[in-house]
Amino acid sequence: MMFGGFARRQMRSLFLLLAALSLPVFQPVMAQEPAPPVLAPPQPAITSEQDAVAANVADDTISAADAADASTLDVAPGSAAYTPLGPEWIKGAPEPGAMTFQPQYTEQGDYALWFHDAILLPLTVAICLLVLGLLLWVVARYNRRANAVPSKTSHNTLIEVIWTAVPVLILVAIAIPSITLLARQYETAPADSLTIKATGYQWYWGFTYPDNGGFEVIANMMDEGEALAQGSPPQLAVDNRMVVPAGEIIRIQTTGADVIHSFGIPSLWFKLDAVPGRINERTLLIEEPGIYYGQCYELCGSRHAYMPIAIEALPRPQFEAWVRAQGGTVGAAEAEAAAGAGTDPAAPVLPGLQEPESSVEGAPGAGAAPTTTTAPGTPAPAQN
Amino acid sequence: MATTADTFQAHHDDAHHDADHKPGFFARWFMSTNHKDIGTLYLIFAIMAGVIGGAVSGIMRMELQEPGIQYLGWWVEFLGGGASDFDKAGHMWNVLITAHGLIMVFFMVMPAMIGGFGNWFVPLMIGAPDMAFPRMNNVSFWLTVAGFLSLMFSAFVPGGTGNGAGTGWTVYAPLSTSGSVGPAVDFAIFSLHLAGAGSILGATNFITTILNMRAPGMTLHKMPLFVWSLLVTAFLLLLALPVLAAAITMLLTDRNFGTTFFDPAGGGDPVLYQHLFWFFGHPEVYIMILPGFGIVSQIVATFSRKPVFGYLGMAYAMVAIGVIGFVVWAHHMYTVGLDVNTKMYFTAATMVIAVPTGVKIFSWIATMWGGSLEFKSPLVWALGFIFLFTVGGVTGVVLANGGIDDNLHDTYYVVAHFHYVLSMGAVFAIFAGFYYWFPKMSGRWHSELLSHVHFWLFFIGVNVVFFPMHFLGMNGMSRRIPDYTPAFTYWNEIASNGYWIIVASMVVFFANIGWALVAGKRAAGNYWGAGATTLEWSLTSPPPFHQFETLPVIEDHHSHHDHIGGRPEKQGARPAAH
Ligand code: HEM
Ligand SMILES: [Cu+2]
Ligand SMILES: [Cu+2]
Repeated sequence: MMFGGFARRQMRSLFLLLAALSLPVFQPVMAQEPAPPVLAPPQPAITSEQDAVAANVADDTISAADAADASTLDVAPGSAAYTPLGPEWIKGAPEPGAMTFQPQYTEQGDYALWFHDAILLPLTVAICLLVLGLLLWVVARYNRRANAVPSKTSHNTLIEVIWTAVPVLILVAIAIPSITLLARQYETAPADSLTIKATGYQWYWGFTYPDNGGFEVIANMMDEGEALAQGSPPQLAVDNRMVVPAGEIIRIQTTGADVIHSFGIPSLWFKLDAVPGRINERTLLIEEPGIYYGQCYELCGSRHAYMPIAIEALPRPQFEAWVRAQGGTVGAAEAEAAAGAGTDPAAPVLPGLQEPESSVEGAPGAGAAPTTTTAPGTPAPAQN
Repeated sequence: MATTADTFQAHHDDAHHDADHKPGFFARWFMSTNHKDIGTLYLIFAIMAGVIGGAVSGIMRMELQEPGIQYLGWWVEFLGGGASDFDKAGHMWNVLITAHGLIMVFFMVMPAMIGGFGNWFVPLMIGAPDMAFPRMNNVSFWLTVAGFLSLMFSAFVPGGTGNGAGTGWTVYAPLSTSGSVGPAVDFAIFSLHLAGAGSILGATNFITTILNMRAPGMTLHKMPLFVWSLLVTAFLLLLALPVLAAAITMLLTDRNFGTTFFDPAGGGDPVLYQHLFWFFGHPEVYIMILPGFGIVSQIVATFSRKPVFGYLGMAYAMVAIGVIGFVVWAHHMYTVGLDVNTKMYFTAATMVIAVPTGVKIFSWIATMWGGSLEFKSPLVWALGFIFLFTVGGVTGVVLANGGIDDNLHDTYYVVAHFHYVLSMGAVFAIFAGFYYWFPKMSGRWHSELLSHVHFWLFFIGVNVVFFPMHFLGMNGMSRRIPDYTPAFTYWNEIASNGYWIIVASMVVFFANIGWALVAGKRAAGNYWGAGATTLEWSLTSPPPFHQFETLPVIEDHHSHHDHIGGRPEKQGARPAAH
């Protein structure tokens, strides 16, 4: 960890040095402090838009204090009261000028980040510096002035064996944590874990909750003005977030409705393609409540840049309240009640048939065609 | 074919040829059967394609300089797409990235390395009078040109949400099938068919030439490493391109004739396309770099005045890279939903490639170790190559880890990786080769000073453009997007500024070439002196229209260890093989 951080700082100074040496043009840019402090509640997400944020948090339906309480807030059983988390809950989002990964909020993410920072980065930096050092040495020592008569050496079996064997050992050393990471990423979810299905559409996401009555939430990108007014990052904020319970293993499934999309959340170290005709599945455990942004990571047509993902992780009770607010059900009892009277209570409860929501006209999954207000990326006024 | 057989005979009895009798202009340049002329055509073509591909990337960097859509609408209208709207602008972006990728891969790097330097110097280095199939060589070239025209044409016909093919150079289904209505994608696919057919013909030509037409005494283990690199490249082309051809043909039939190879509605699978594409695609990335390895080996040995260190290791490292390159393809597909064992296998296999790659890097350094280095422009470019290729190689090793790639796949980190190995690896090798051989090809000297200026500007420019992309990718910026959240502005702006440094360096390059062609000093036969020992240096600059009418005989060295040991004291006499 420590060496990773150290190496990263070195890389940064190397780069800055290079840029500074070569580019007087950039001096003004470089002079600015590039990285604002790490985002953490209750700091507003968009530091550059602080004024807008401050102005708008005030008229938000919940006060910042309440929101900060969301993780412990008691929700009455059966409640359907839901208020979206405010921007001070943004945890997974890119930072201006950042030079490394976003902070991680899953166990696998922590492990992967450690693997990168403590093993891969130091090794790769060391290899580059070794090669650079050898090149500089050769340039200084074996130039024509310093060494007029070249040697005739063209073989040295020992050194050839060494430079084949040492990389092999290094790669084996990398392979161990690498394989471990893969094994952890592929642990299967317990049978009763919550399933959420993310469907990629051109160009928005749909999130279906088959365990909660099968409703689908459609998430379109929020337009820039609204996002800024709300204190959310433009082009990452959405109108409807994908709400999930925090602190428990959930099962994420992805599929594509038209072309391939990819469901990726950098701060959760999670990316899974949404491929038509397939359902991909991976488990996810978000450690704490918060908002985690992601986007589509597979070229999917003209608005590929405009189909972001915002995951809102809530404590179980709040999550359930949100489900009810969507008209969904929690648990077998509610599902049964929702299925209506006349059902033989003795009959086994069968899961409702799931419509292929992407293909049925008018079904919730078909997703309302974007309107002028929901159309992602409605040409934003050029910002300067 | 009678013609090829005749030509093949030609080097046995050249009676009907007069050494420097050149055909008239049209016959010489449009019906060429001369490997040097075809090489020149390929180089000119590659430079023109490179200028177009580079200009396209300029539009892209300008657009990415700040968030929002700034220039795309203008380009839609400029290219005749009618009044622009938001979807057309987004589509325009996808057309640009598609064109940039396809042009740089198929119409710049490959034609320059294989068609250009390969055609020029493989026959010269093995002491052959020409390629084995000179007429087929001409067909290869014009197929490539036709492919390029087909791609250019595609930009002006409908391709879905706007004109042009907006599928990315990977042409993934179903975006490239049901996702792109209109003929543009058909023309783009056809362009790959044409270029691919040209490359397959070229590959058979190189393999035949190298295996059958080496001068007496030049065994495989005495071939210069550049020839080895082309031999391995040609085999990769021959085995990989037909798979691409099959995949894109299936795209065409899915698009036009109702098949459903990649359509789940008919039992097909979009992921099948990706397997086929990358079974070609990974060998393809080595097709683009292996000739560069060969060029760098020649240059490093020449300017160190030393034989290449570990010649056999160098040759077989390329063979190993070629072989392993065929079993690692799914590292481009870590997020498609592979199962865990598959991902573990591809992680392990991919990392194995780093071993022969490391052997090459260390052997180049060992070649210079104890040498007597002279910092002529080709060596400076080769040194830049070694360092920057190493940087790109280590990020490849990072990406090779399937679990890490979950975060980095399809982010700017990948863009940084492949530009370090291509824009800096392959392109530095091309410039190194260009300055190494330009006086040989043209008979005139470029300015060494301008070549060094070009190097430094280009070196700084590419690093300013591409190094920040590592940061953007790690921080989560998706690939192939024209617009982004403001947090990504900082490094994008810097990257975009770097573009203009590259432009400045290219101005220097063109000034240098222009000056050389107009007023350059005449170049001698072996202008690099004692270190340059391969057969092309035994000829005049430029070489006669037909060379080696009497085949050179490669002397048997006293020690087979001394493969590359040109004997400087034998200057004037027939030089040794290497
Ligand atoms: C040490 C050797 C190398 C390793 C281990 C390696 C590994 C990888 C991996 C794992 C990816 C996929 C990343 C992703 O999409 O998530 C990748 C992408 C790529 N690599 Fe490499 N690579 C190596 C060398 C090269 C070389 C020599 C070239 C070309 C000269 C190259 C060109 C590319 C290209 C073009 C892509 C991106 C293709 C695309 O998605 O459009 N790589 N590499
Ligand atoms: Cu998408
Ligand atoms: Cu690859």
